[in-house]
Amino acid sequence: MSVGAHPSQPAGTEEYQPVFTEQMLEQLNEILARYPTRQAALLPALWLVQRARGWISDRNMAEVAEVLGLTPAYVKGVVTFYTMYHQHPVGRHFVQVCTTSPCNICGAEAVVQALLEATGAKELGATSPDGKWTVIEVECLGACGFATPVLVDDDFIESVTPDRVPELVRKYK
Amino acid sequence: MGFPHKPHPKETVLLSRYFGEADARNYKGWVKRGGYAALEQARAMEPARVVDIVKDSGLRGRGGAGFPTGLKWSFMPKEKKKPHYLCVNADESEPGTFKDREIMRWTPHALLEGTAIAAHAIQAEVAYIYIRGEFTEPLAIMDKALTDARSAGVFGKLKIHLHRGAGAYICGEETALMSSIEGKRGNPRIKPPFPAAAGVFGMPTTINNVETLAAVPHILTKGAVWYKGLSLSSPKSTGTKLFSVCGHVQQPGNYEVTLGFPLKDLVYELCGGMRPGRTLKACIPGGSSVPILDRAETESCLLDYEGVVERGSMLGSGGVIVFDDSTDMVYQIMRLARFYAHESCAQCTQCREGTAWTTKILERILAGQGKTADLDLLLDLSENMTGKTICVLSDSCAAPVVSGIKKFRSEFEDYIAGRRKPVMVA
Ligand SMILES: Cc1cc2nc3c(=O)[nH]c(=O)nc-3n(C[C@H](O)[C@H](O)[C@H](O)COP(=O)(O)O)c2cc1C
Ligand code: SF4
Ligand code: FES
Repeated sequence: MSVGAHPSQPAGTEEYQPVFTEQMLEQLNEILARYPTRQAALLPALWLVQRARGWISDRNMAEVAEVLGLTPAYVKGVVTFYTMYHQHPVGRHFVQVCTTSPCNICGAEAVVQALLEATGAKELGATSPDGKWTVIEVECLGACGFATPVLVDDDFIESVTPDRVPELVRKYK
Repeated sequence: MGFPHKPHPKETVLLSRYFGEADARNYKGWVKRGGYAALEQARAMEPARVVDIVKDSGLRGRGGAGFPTGLKWSFMPKEKKKPHYLCVNADESEPGTFKDREIMRWTPHALLEGTAIAAHAIQAEVAYIYIRGEFTEPLAIMDKALTDARSAGVFGKLKIHLHRGAGAYICGEETALMSSIEGKRGNPRIKPPFPAAAGVFGMPTTINNVETLAAVPHILTKGAVWYKGLSLSSPKSTGTKLFSVCGHVQQPGNYEVTLGFPLKDLVYELCGGMRPGRTLKACIPGGSSVPILDRAETESCLLDYEGVVERGSMLGSGGVIVFDDSTDMVYQIMRLARFYAHESCAQCTQCREGTAWTTKILERILAGQGKTADLDLLLDLSENMTGKTICVLSDSCAAPVVSGIKKFRSEFEDYIAGRRKPVMVA
């Protein structure tokens, strides 16, 4: 996952670089062929944007709206419904830890604390000073028998315990 | 098998037989194991015949509601006037449930084969497999399996597509799932119209769970009579079921048993029982949306659709959450309520306000600021959240609260009376 626009940059002054050009447009066309409506390609299109830019800005939403024949407000309404779309830049590595009841009783809170410490992110949802890490708590990841599951970017890691955390964190550049 | 552990002799491994065998993931490996023979068999039959076989097998939906699968398929128009769709529910987000993930990770072709058979039965030309966004590994494995099977030409004219979710438990509810495929917010819709009349894109649609469809090839090859014979109790509960067991057991994992299997044996034998020195306090037998069982109920419960209802709960998705005597039930019930408050789509007042308010009251009780009247207030609220909303997420929040207060009332009272050290909740 790449870092998106830096938050200190005033939004909207730099020239907008469209996401959907050449190869990306081709990918989008492949996706469009799977559905009877253009609107149905919205979730996959947003995934493409997030993969390319690290997060989804208002201007990205406007572009997606235009490409799919929707309004920017409609696209924003959808983006805000789903928790996995980032509406703000996040660290280079995005960490999701399950803390729902089954994982909670197996020690998930200690895993969260260990991750906040080892990554330097310190606070849930905050990005570490080096821009590398953002850690958040999420609800059930569908792997409750492998407590505590942690998702680092696209890597789904099972059975994480606090003592495994430092080594896990070291693996990411 | 009790994946990731060795299979237990008391298991009946059908769906989980190849869990852990990497070769079964590959198209060739799957065919070597008899894969796609059932699809060929089904294709040689009239769609209505396939529906009848599944009806006769007694197979019921494994996604939570337990609706008879063949009957559901039979609701689709027989005479085709519009495009038909099949949606496969791989959103698996119900706390305690992690079986569909294992099916997709180890036997992706079993799901694809079941999907293709179901599509034939309901005359669908397109099937969408809706996989939750966090399931990165199952997504990659399903994608490869789909590409391989497609290039081998096994699906004929049928088009199967993967659709990735983006983080929303509610999208597992069938009408919300359809909204999400259509590129909308994942809001459930009022029924009727039912999906078989007007589903995804307004067309006749059937929605089935991953495990339901993975069982279908076995029914085709071995027959409805054989499948129906797989039952330890009621003829209304047939076949095998994967139970995901988590929480305070020695060996959490997925265990496949014939329906009617004693919950007690699942917990104490297959899962190795409690940790040393601990005893069982409570159990949620069907994913977090069903009522909590106390120890006596757990130990006398048979795992079939009727047996769990007899004990006051539901079989649901088969996600078994076990709590031992070290558990603070008030805290865990608050944690579950918070899950529903977080996941409510907020369309219905009872649900939007009720889930948030329930969580707040439970947090206040934990903080030592509860009043005796709070318990009645919680029960009252729960009453108003049950059977009054577009979908049953609201009811699901009430289930652990009502059963929890009924069965573990003294723990709530201890917090309220100041007999227990307050817990500050972040
Ligand atoms: C809030 C809510 C969440 C649900 N989540 C899931 C899910 O993640 N997976 C699933 O298969 N069914 C889920 N269901 C049940 C589906 O609505 C539907 O009954 C099921 O997918 C039908 O398939 P089946 O008949 O094969 O079980 C959920 C229901 C509700 C109300
Ligand atoms: S019950 Fe809750 S989740 Fe279901 S539709 Fe109403 S508000 Fe949404
Ligand atoms: S509760 Fe943590 S993965 Fe399900």
